[in-house]
Amino acid sequence: MKLTVTLNGKKIQEEISPDLVLLDFVRAHGCHSVKRGCDTSNCGLCTVFLDGKPVLSCSVLAARAEGRRVDTLEGLQEEAAEFAAFIADQGAEQCGFCNPGFVMNALALFRENPRPTDQEILTYLAGNLCRCSGYEGQLRGIRAFLEWKEGGGRA
Amino acid sequence: MLTIKNYVRAESLEEAYELNQKKSSRVIGGMLWMRLSNFNIQTAIDLSGLGLDTIEESPEEFSIGAMVTLRQLEEHQGLGAYTQGALGESLRHIVGVQFRNLATVGGSIWGRFGFSDVLTMFLALDTWVELYQGGLMPLEEFARRRADRDILVRLILKKRPARCCYVSHRNTRTDFPVLAVSAVCLEGQYQVAVGARPGRAVLLRDQEKILEGGAAQGAEDFGRYAADRIPVGSNMRAQAEYRRHLCRVLTERAVREL
Repeated sequence: MKLTVTLNGKKIQEEISPDLVLLDFVRAHGCHSVKRGCDTSNCGLCTVFLDGKPVLSCSVLAARAEGRRVDTLEGLQEEAAEFAAFIADQGAEQCGFCNPGFVMNALALFRENPRPTDQEILTYLAGNLCRCSGYEGQLRGIRAFLEWKEGGGRA
Repeated sequence: MLTIKNYVRAESLEEAYELNQKKSSRVIGGMLWMRLSNFNIQTAIDLSGLGLDTIEESPEEFSIGAMVTLRQLEEHQGLGAYTQGALGESLRHIVGVQFRNLATVGGSIWGRFGFSDVLTMFLALDTWVELYQGGLMPLEEFARRRADRDILVRLILKKRPARCCYVSHRNTRTDFPVLAVSAVCLEGQYQVAVGARPGRAVLLRDQEKILEGGAAQGAEDFGRYAADRIPVGSNMRAQAEYRRHLCRVLTERAVREL
């Protein structure tokens, strides 16, 4: 079947198999930030934006992206780099495997709720699993980023 | 492994229903549970193009399309206000935002999964399902039935005056519940739905008028009443005995909040 999708701002048209999942489609197009983790819709490593909303690309048929916009970390580098530096400052990325999915979902949180409380942060990011950090470093990094934004975003 | 030979974005409910009459066809909702299965699907039927992704509110009821996502439910202010936050509480534990942006009301209800927080929550309220062929029927009746080849179109939630509370117990955050209780007082009538027993949720009414004198006074007795009457079983998350204990405690807590 034919799929037409806008991936990171670029229109793509190609033949796909009906059971191809979005994760495999975006990786085949060089978006290697999108990781296959649990492959059971639980870990958040494969998070992409579908029409601006975070979804698990391991669980969406590529066919369902027909006519829609898909964004991965590769397409949001400027927005992501600003935030990811604060995560790195806390050493919170450790092995780094969960980091792209975590950053994607954190960006989704900031877009929806620019001033989240700690509880709102923890609730929103509950679907992003990390086996290294215990989440404290990420929470510190998010708080530091939000304080920096609150102060006008200057060094 | 799930395989799909043909994918059809249905252009009408009639087309979806006709395609679904073959045993090798499947209607796909959020597809989160289905993709873990080993089905070889000949025709996957997608209802995404049928405008079933909206929640409509009138003075009498909420009409919730089958393709509405759990995240839409969670963020709907009218539903949040009507259920006094109980609906949000029932949904916020389900994996993560990315999951709830995909999982649909239709998939959750049609599957009649034992672990379903969504089914447990709506079962305690005055909820009806609309089926393409079967028409309207109470969710309680639908939940007891076996799956057939009909199509779930929408849920109808009647806006009868209600007080609600949802509580659940999980071994770990974002996991399936070990037990979930949705307690509701609908125009003075108390009832609880108990889910993750681990079988599918069932409804228990206060037929013995234990709560007639008020929720606070009768909560402890009603908890015992529920634990005696709700059948529970064992699975990898908990044994039946523990679930029976949870049933008493969670029912009492939920009813006390009404």
